Parts: sequence; structure tokens; C-alpha cells
Amino acid sequence: MNHEHFCQLLKTRGFDFYTGVPCSILSSIIKYMSEDNVFSYVSATREDEAIGLAVGAYMAGKQPVVLMQNSGLGQSVNALTSLALLYKIPMLLLISWRGFEGKDAPEHLYMGKCMMNFLDIMKIPAEIAETTRLTEQLNQLSKKMCKQKTPVALILKKGVIT
Amino acid sequence: MRRYDAIKVIATCLTNEFVISCNGMISRELFTIKDQEKNFYMLGSMGLAPAIGLGVSLAKPNAKIVILAGDGNTLMSLGTLATIGKTSPKNFIFVVLDNECHESTGGQQTSSSITELHIIARSSGIKNSKYVNSVTTLKKHFVEALSSEGPSFLHVKVDNVRVDVPRVSIEPTEITKRFVNALIALPR
Repeated sequence: MNHEHFCQLLKTRGFDFYTGVPCSILSSIIKYMSEDNVFSYVSATREDEAIGLAVGAYMAGKQPVVLMQNSGLGQSVNALTSLALLYKIPMLLLISWRGFEGKDAPEHLYMGKCMMNFLDIMKIPAEIAETTRLTEQLNQLSKKMCKQKTPVALILKKGVIT
Repeated sequence: MRRYDAIKVIATCLTNEFVISCNGMISRELFTIKDQEKNFYMLGSMGLAPAIGLGVSLAKPNAKIVILAGDGNTLMSLGTLATIGKTSPKNFIFVVLDNECHESTGGQQTSSSITELHIIARSSGIKNSKYVNSVTTLKKHFVEALSSEGPSFLHVKVDNVRVDVPRVSIEPTEITKRFVNALIALPR
């Protein structure tokens, strides 16, 4: 799916606060969000900081999205468990999947292997994005996010968003 | 000056501000001195109080945000000072209550006896950054920060004296609810 189309899908679902830390897989999305005033992407120094920003923005009436590489999920565990999950803050995590099927640079291989287990053990609902089902997947995640007041994750493999 | 007294000074100056307090004794002391719906007590997620406050301030530019953090919390996320400097929110006051140690966990030393946090803040782009070490100067500079354009940073040196105060007895989800409602009630 084209990045512009994807960003518009997020916008029409009510997401209106965007922050995160870049990944090459997410670069077209972040570039688009940074250049468009409607998205006004806030560049965070670390992924847990981005989750803090998202929590604040949610409490002030926004519906936040946090973008990160899966390495940043490691950085974010405490922010998720002792803040977003504890205080029941809904947010969409867009997480890139580096190290998918063990085909990547060495630093990505461990997290590439255990990322889905991490999300599962934290009970964060997650969907692995598929181009043909993306709209439906976003709808399902949004629904769970609002109903359960929880962070939810959409996992993006290389090439799904161009 | 005891940190408890510093928080008392700040609390008496508050009118319509939203306060995000960090984990440990600072939230407990604020809870004891002045509990209000406009307080967000961050119970875990050490280091993230300024990030949460920045999120509120960017999403709600007409709300005035005060962060109460310790030196341990501030040192843990120095990077957030850069994000504050870059986004430069006008409605944002960051107060560091610096006792040079992790008091809540037994008084282990931090590096803030050497690290000049107000200078780091200034060089991160938070131009209005002050160092204070007395009740009088704290009151003067905090009142000044309330009425001037931010972001502002107050590095407050306090004594390492523990005051016996209870834990925050409000459920986290209730803290969220109260804070959200107080923000909704804020006139546009």
C-alpha cells in the first residue's frame, strides 16, 4: 500500500497525534507525516519517550500513534506495562519487523524472533499487516483499542507500505 | 530547603495549572500537600513525567503544564530536554527538585552534584532556565515562570530530608479519569 493512502486511513479513523523514532521500513510514512502539517509528527529521542508523549496527548483529547522499530519495543516495555497498560491509555503502535525470519543484520535477529511473544505476554492485541486486509485490520485494532482502552500494535514488514 | 517545603511553595502558587509529578516521594508529597484532579501522579515509568507533560502541552496549548521531577528522573531521560527544546511549548514549566540522590530507594547518589541540569536545559533550547536554592528565590522564579512564555526550567537544589507521607491512594485508572475530566473542563 502507498504511504499516503495508509496515512489517510489512519487520519480517517480519528488518529491525530503522531510521534516516534524512525526505522527505514517506516521512513516513507514518517517523511510524509513530518512534511504535512495535519500530521505534525513529533520526533522523540527514544521510544519510551514517544509513549510518554502519546499518553499525555491522549489525556488531552488526542488519539495517538507511536511509530517505532521492533528494537524500540524493548526500550518501551516499562513505559507500556507501568504507564500505558496500567493507566489504560489507548494508542496505536506501528512497529516495523526487522529480523523477520532471521534474514537481517545480526543486531535484529533476537528481537525479530521474540517480538510477537513480547506483545502476546503483555496482552497487547497485535496484527501483522497484510496489504489486502489492511483496512479491515486497522478497523479491528481500533475497535479493540477503544473498547479495552489499551495500546494495540500493527506490525509492518518490509515492503507492505511503500 | 526541604523538598517538601519546596513543593508546598509551588502548590500555593498554583491556580489553574496541570501538574505531572514523577514516581517516588515527589508524587507522595504532592498528593499529601495538594491533591487535585489536575494532578497526574506517575507511579511507575521512571523518567517519563516530562514526556507525558509535553504530550499534554502540545495537544492542549491553552493548558499550563508543570512538571515536578527529581534529579534521578531527569537524568534518566535527558534526551527529553532536547525534545522540549525542539518543540518549545510556551505552556510548559519543568521543575527539578534535586537532592542529589535516589531518596525513595535508600538514598543512593546520583551524578547531579556534578551535572548542571539547568545548563543542560538551556543548551537544549530551553532558554528560560534558572538555578534556585532558597524558598524566596524559588517562589520568585516560579511565579515569574507562571506568567511568562515558556518553556521554562527551574533547577531547585533541596536538602536530602525524608518527610513521612503516605502513598498515593488513588487507583491509576482513576488518576487518568480525573486528569482527563479536568482537561475537558478547561475552557478553550
